[in-house]
Amino acid sequence: MSLRSMTGPYFGSFGGRFVPESLIAALDELDDAYTAAKKDPAFQEELAELHRTYTGRPSIITEAKRFAEHAGGARILLKREDLNHTGSHKINNVLGQALLAKRLGKTRIIAETGAGQHGVASATAAALFGLECVVYMGEVDTERQALNVARMKLLGADVVPVTVGSRTLKDAINEALRDWVANVDTTHYLLGTVAGPHPFPAMVRDFHSVIGIEAREQVLALTGRLPDVIAACVGGGSNAMGIFHPFLDDEGVRLVGLEAAGDGIDTLFHAATISKGRPGVLHGARSLMLQDEDGQTLESHSISAGLDYPGVGPEHAWLDEIGRAEYRGVTDAEAMDALRLLSRTEGIIPAIETAHALHGALELGRELGPEAIILVNLSGRGDKDMETAARYFGLLDAQAAERAAEKDAHPTAAEDAQS
Amino acid sequence: MTTSPVESVIRTRVDAGSGALIGYLPVGFPDLDTSVDAAVALIENGVDIVELGLPYSDPVMDGLVIQRATQAALQGGFTLKQGFEAVERIRSRVDAPLLVMTYWNPVIQYGVERFAADLESAGGAGLITPDLIPDEAAEWLTASDAHDLDRVFLAAPSSSPARMTQAVESSRGFVYAVSTMGITGARSDVDAAARSVISRLREAGATSACVGLGISTPEQVADVLTYADGAIVGSRLVSALADGGVPAVAAIAAELATGKD
Repeated sequence: MSLRSMTGPYFGSFGGRFVPESLIAALDELDDAYTAAKKDPAFQEELAELHRTYTGRPSIITEAKRFAEHAGGARILLKREDLNHTGSHKINNVLGQALLAKRLGKTRIIAETGAGQHGVASATAAALFGLECVVYMGEVDTERQALNVARMKLLGADVVPVTVGSRTLKDAINEALRDWVANVDTTHYLLGTVAGPHPFPAMVRDFHSVIGIEAREQVLALTGRLPDVIAACVGGGSNAMGIFHPFLDDEGVRLVGLEAAGDGIDTLFHAATISKGRPGVLHGARSLMLQDEDGQTLESHSISAGLDYPGVGPEHAWLDEIGRAEYRGVTDAEAMDALRLLSRTEGIIPAIETAHALHGALELGRELGPEAIILVNLSGRGDKDMETAARYFGLLDAQAAERAAEKDAHPTAAEDAQS
Repeated sequence: MTTSPVESVIRTRVDAGSGALIGYLPVGFPDLDTSVDAAVALIENGVDIVELGLPYSDPVMDGLVIQRATQAALQGGFTLKQGFEAVERIRSRVDAPLLVMTYWNPVIQYGVERFAADLESAGGAGLITPDLIPDEAAEWLTASDAHDLDRVFLAAPSSSPARMTQAVESSRGFVYAVSTMGITGARSDVDAAARSVISRLREAGATSACVGLGISTPEQVADVLTYADGAIVGSRLVSALADGGVPAVAAIAAELATGKD
């Protein structure tokens, strides 16, 4: 059986549609529209043209030779999704869904965002297509990603800080779902990852599989063979599914997802859903999740807002279950070290999310030795993380450090200033 | 054929020329004892059926009033065990059917069969499941049959005729007609859509269908009962409990019950 043939709603025992009845009609409508668009050459051509002339696809691969010296000498190839318009892989999915929203006659899109990358990409697509855009973002995240909040606002989006629950990505998704239930006639929920009810996991994966399709050809052209292993960071799991999927049937290619282990995978402060979670239902799908004995969702912890999510896409849970992909944790400290190392050896500042995959590549290279070829999805650039990185590495001058400390002490004041 | 106590109560009220009043309150808000007293006060003041909510970390069908209350209950240390305890305590004090409203993940984690068994022994009548559609409910259909429990599925203004039929055929007790495309919370006018959902449910063969979402006044209760078999009130009661404790819940319940006259 081809592992690439899974189209949902189920991936093994994972997936499905665990949502209020009110949303089923919209999910059916979306599923029908997507199934039709998938087979429609006009839709595919319109999307490809947008990617050529707007996203900047194909994205290049860069061989990271100096970085590779720290990875046991293995060859490390970076798939440069950071060079896409808006600075991450998120635009691939957003343009696809925005085109679908137009086909469905929707005039408004809503989105959730953690780090702000998906919110920025959604606001960008809304501007491009003339759609109204509302982005839900946990209040905690609006504080640590203030620059992306400003970006979204400049692009014309309405950014709504979510002040309930844990005030992070999971609560932003809850709020977006509530909005969608109430406004489904005019509104498309532009979900930003491979989680959620069917058809989102398969559809979002398909829109991102351009990453793996391009990379497969590029690695073959450069090295004459397929990579030994592919490393990608996993929060909800969209960039990882995008690069993994075209390789699922290539048995010799190992697929490694790197989860955020925060303070450590054996502490209470991490976001390593696959390594530490149990099966359950969250945000419309059965998958793995961090939860207590009663099934209450636990708060996740990561220095990276984009990986700070207690759930994961159902296809990852399935790939883990059948052993086709493996998942490892990377701590905050390991990720930040890898971020600095790539910056200093290659002149590329990655997003903190992406830095988790880079640490994974360092580990894998040391395990596999100099003959190995490792493909890394460089899913996003680090500009949005400069404040976090500057504080982490103590790069701020005394005055700036004081301002940052003050902001930490009075988060609500900072939030008021933003709204 | 099993006789649902919920359905019998609704039938009795409808035969008397009116309909049932169903009142929602969450367990553990503001604390376990008070939530039990408040649920008892509902029945003592004219509410026919209790809908007891189990607090959940990610309540996507709920508006702010219920979110705040259930979050407070969770912070106060709510556990599923207390949920069953509350059912038992309320049932020992008043003779009215009690449905538990719960999001689906807690049931999965507890074990669907075990949950059904423990709910039955606690004296609960069944479950209202806002994020479980019949399509995904195979395990629950089996467990609820085995334990003679009601299962209340939702029907929405957006539901297709086929889905209306599925909701009617899968539900026992009543079908929960969602009055409007939205989440829980008081609204000044209960959507005209509610009337249409009920009439489409009737066409699909529903004999017991109640309207929920947005109902907060005795006038709205009276209006809904002209076409539906029951009216469900939630946020208004939770607000009352938050603001004025059990006496306020009792007063609001009594006021809402005048809508049945």
